[in-house]
Amino acid sequence: MIGRVLPTTVVALILLFLALPIVVVMVVSFSSATYLTFPPPAFSLKWYEAYFGNADWLRPTWLSLWVAAAVVVLSTVLGTLAALGIARLPRALRIIATGLILSPLIVPVIVVAIGIYYAFSRYGLVGSPFGLVLAHTCLAVPFVVTSVSASLAGIDPRLEQAALSLGATPMGTFNQVTLPLIRPGVLVGALFAFITSFDELVVALFLSGSRAITLPRRMWDDLRFQIDPTIAAVSTLTIVLTVILMACAHYLRKRAEQTRMSTSSVAP
Amino acid sequence: MVPLLLAAPLVLYMLAFYALPVLAMLMRSISDPTWSLTHYKDLAGDPVFIKVFWNTLETSFIVTVSTLLLGYPVALALVRAPKWAPLILILILLPFWTSVLVRSYAWMVLMGRHGLINEALLAAGLLERPLRLLNTPLATQIAMTHILLPYMILPIANALRQIDPSLARAASGLGATPFASFRQVTLPLSMPGVAAGVLLVFVLALGFYITPAMVGGPREITLSMLISQQVEELNWAYAATLSAVLLATALGIIALFYRLPGIGNAFTTSGR
Amino acid sequence: MAAELGASVALRDLEKSYDRVAAVAGVSLDIRSGEFLTLLGPSGSGKTTTLMMIAGFETPTGGDIAIDGTSVVGMPPYRRNIGMVFQNYALFPHLTVAENIGFPLKQRGVSKEDRARLVGEALELVHLPGYGGRYPRQLSGGQQQRVALARAIVFKPRLLLMDEPLGALDKQLRENLQLEMRRLHADLGITFIYVTHDQEEALTMSDRIAVMNDGLVAQVGRPEDLYDRPSNRFVASFIGESNFLPAIVRALEDNDVVVAECQGALIRAVCPSRPAAGDKVMLTTRPERLRFTDGAWNSSTPQNRLSVTVTEAVFAGERCRYMLQAGDGTAVVLKEPSSAAIRRRAVGEQAEIAWSVADTILV
Repeated sequence: MIGRVLPTTVVALILLFLALPIVVVMVVSFSSATYLTFPPPAFSLKWYEAYFGNADWLRPTWLSLWVAAAVVVLSTVLGTLAALGIARLPRALRIIATGLILSPLIVPVIVVAIGIYYAFSRYGLVGSPFGLVLAHTCLAVPFVVTSVSASLAGIDPRLEQAALSLGATPMGTFNQVTLPLIRPGVLVGALFAFITSFDELVVALFLSGSRAITLPRRMWDDLRFQIDPTIAAVSTLTIVLTVILMACAHYLRKRAEQTRMSTSSVAP
Repeated sequence: MVPLLLAAPLVLYMLAFYALPVLAMLMRSISDPTWSLTHYKDLAGDPVFIKVFWNTLETSFIVTVSTLLLGYPVALALVRAPKWAPLILILILLPFWTSVLVRSYAWMVLMGRHGLINEALLAAGLLERPLRLLNTPLATQIAMTHILLPYMILPIANALRQIDPSLARAASGLGATPFASFRQVTLPLSMPGVAAGVLLVFVLALGFYITPAMVGGPREITLSMLISQQVEELNWAYAATLSAVLLATALGIIALFYRLPGIGNAFTTSGR
Repeated sequence: MAAELGASVALRDLEKSYDRVAAVAGVSLDIRSGEFLTLLGPSGSGKTTTLMMIAGFETPTGGDIAIDGTSVVGMPPYRRNIGMVFQNYALFPHLTVAENIGFPLKQRGVSKEDRARLVGEALELVHLPGYGGRYPRQLSGGQQQRVALARAIVFKPRLLLMDEPLGALDKQLRENLQLEMRRLHADLGITFIYVTHDQEEALTMSDRIAVMNDGLVAQVGRPEDLYDRPSNRFVASFIGESNFLPAIVRALEDNDVVVAECQGALIRAVCPSRPAAGDKVMLTTRPERLRFTDGAWNSSTPQNRLSVTVTEAVFAGERCRYMLQAGDGTAVVLKEPSSAAIRRRAVGEQAEIAWSVADTILV
């Protein structure tokens, strides 16, 4: 008995540890209390009203959405083109280019943030949404490139040869075969890019200045002075948004994998 | 020619808006006020730096060990209990997909004076007065463990999934008890995943900034926080020196781990 | 009439090397209009590289490829108008069966209505009517193979290339599809160039076979020619099973017959070339064409005879297989149809074997 019950209990407790904080934030956001108490005395939507009724919250929200949307466009275009190019580069060049493009995944974000701040402050790009878009794109691009590269690597080169043998020009082959097959990878990369920008705080702390306040930056500033449940409401909304987007990405990736597996299943 | 033209825009973009700015900033560590290595030499006798650097390494180490201890059983359950796997995966991914800021905030809510933890302990009669949890090193360690746990679970689960299940059957067929077959077959074969998880968690923990700033103690600051403070004081030479040390530490650890087999693409395959 | 439907292909000293390593080292081959020609060889023999050069996916480093007398070197694959069936079929996973088959028609600007009609006809031809709306992943391996075939012929190319198209299928299905492909070849009348490493498949289907080895054509000929008259040791051992007997040429007779000394016996062998007396040569025979004589063999055809010892005897159902040893230790295999009326030889038994001169080839 103990042989099965004990490990199960341990795993269940660890999973509780993983899920609890998220659940607590969601519950608190519906609390009627002004101060953070748990469990909440009564149910209320007043913190959501406080959020939706306050321009100081809505302005940063719109800014974050706009910046993230611009980052998606810029990083998806640049990243997809680069992934297509990198796959066909000679080995030495490919390693150098990949190293540069993926390095933001490894370099501590504070180093990236102050490096960009150091340069951007000289060109008036601090306190401007444009500066945020340029900086966030650097952080988002690695996700686009890895995602698109992975789906490119999954394409059987014979599919492109088949298209050519059937009379499709190289451009026709790209449009009718390559592009549809990497589309899920591009979409997943775009979703990651959106969330990377939308959730980003460290770079925003330096680049937002006083005029380009993003939503995470607004939350951060608020937490310095008070922790009222409005932030819980905002947090819950961002959790819901990111979970929906990530679930889409997860689903797209799984489906693309299945399509690929089933067509190569007859391989010897 | 065409491949080069396709890759060039992004490469130039990354050089202009990321690599060159970071390099220019790092140069301040050896060019400010004059060209010299003084700033690096000074670090050895700098008590603030030594305390902060040590605290950063210690925190990263504690978080790595605790994520490993908590992560391995979950990874094992994820692979060994297919019936529960979807639920377990959701419970791992839900916090994984939530921003660091929101998760740090969640721990502020949980660990506050009137937070869930204190209230629960008081109600159970285990405490008479609320514990001071928030703004302590322990709070940082707990919150960072929570945030980095998925980075440990996913690579380990990946490695476990690749182990041929017939090996465990073969081991028990040869007379190994379940524990012995785990210790002698499963555990050694999952080591590449463990190494990848340890590398990811340790390197990410080194650069943590938001969480220790939000829930950590006012005196136990991390290297990232010190760098940020120095930038706010426009002390660029010192900030650049610290940045170079932080970057070199992270790269050094990665280089060390890449000599182990099976790490390969720890950073690129684990995604976000 | 039918012959004019197919393209003729001429390969002239065709070469392809990668980093100075030759994958194809000078192949010359004339493939006739309407012919079913198989490139047969072990992996690494250059057969697939040759096919890829004909298709236009590899650029020759030397020599020429002419289709219907016109050189196609330098012409991109999409202008060659050649049908091709790939290993693993290379069906587009994001398109339906009908869209896959309609793909080449779409590239050629065929109208939607004509496309639908031609796709329907192609599906009929490969016995898959009504499958147009499915996706490749919803089909079995054999069905995917037929779709790939339909896609490669729907635009009526005059030349069809196939790269191990049956390699991934099980034996039963492979044999059915072999027959179907022969029938299709007869119906369409176009030229087929087929690549395989499976000698049985090559023997069953082809009009002619080009056996390839080390980037060169070892021999070209009809299946029965290759089997009965292998021109070199590689072909003799790669196609079917062969015995090899070292011998020394003693005399030359008329009608391409050579007398050679082997194990102290004089053996007559067929030889198109004329070696000189005293040359060391290799004689080859097929195991199923050898017989035990029982001392009382009388046949009107000229016979070779050899004394042997039985070293191993295996009963394999329809055949008995014997491992024999000649005087100097050379191993010889003999296969005999099994029959309750024939006495089985015991290990260690002395015996004499005989076979016809026409089945003895000097290689």
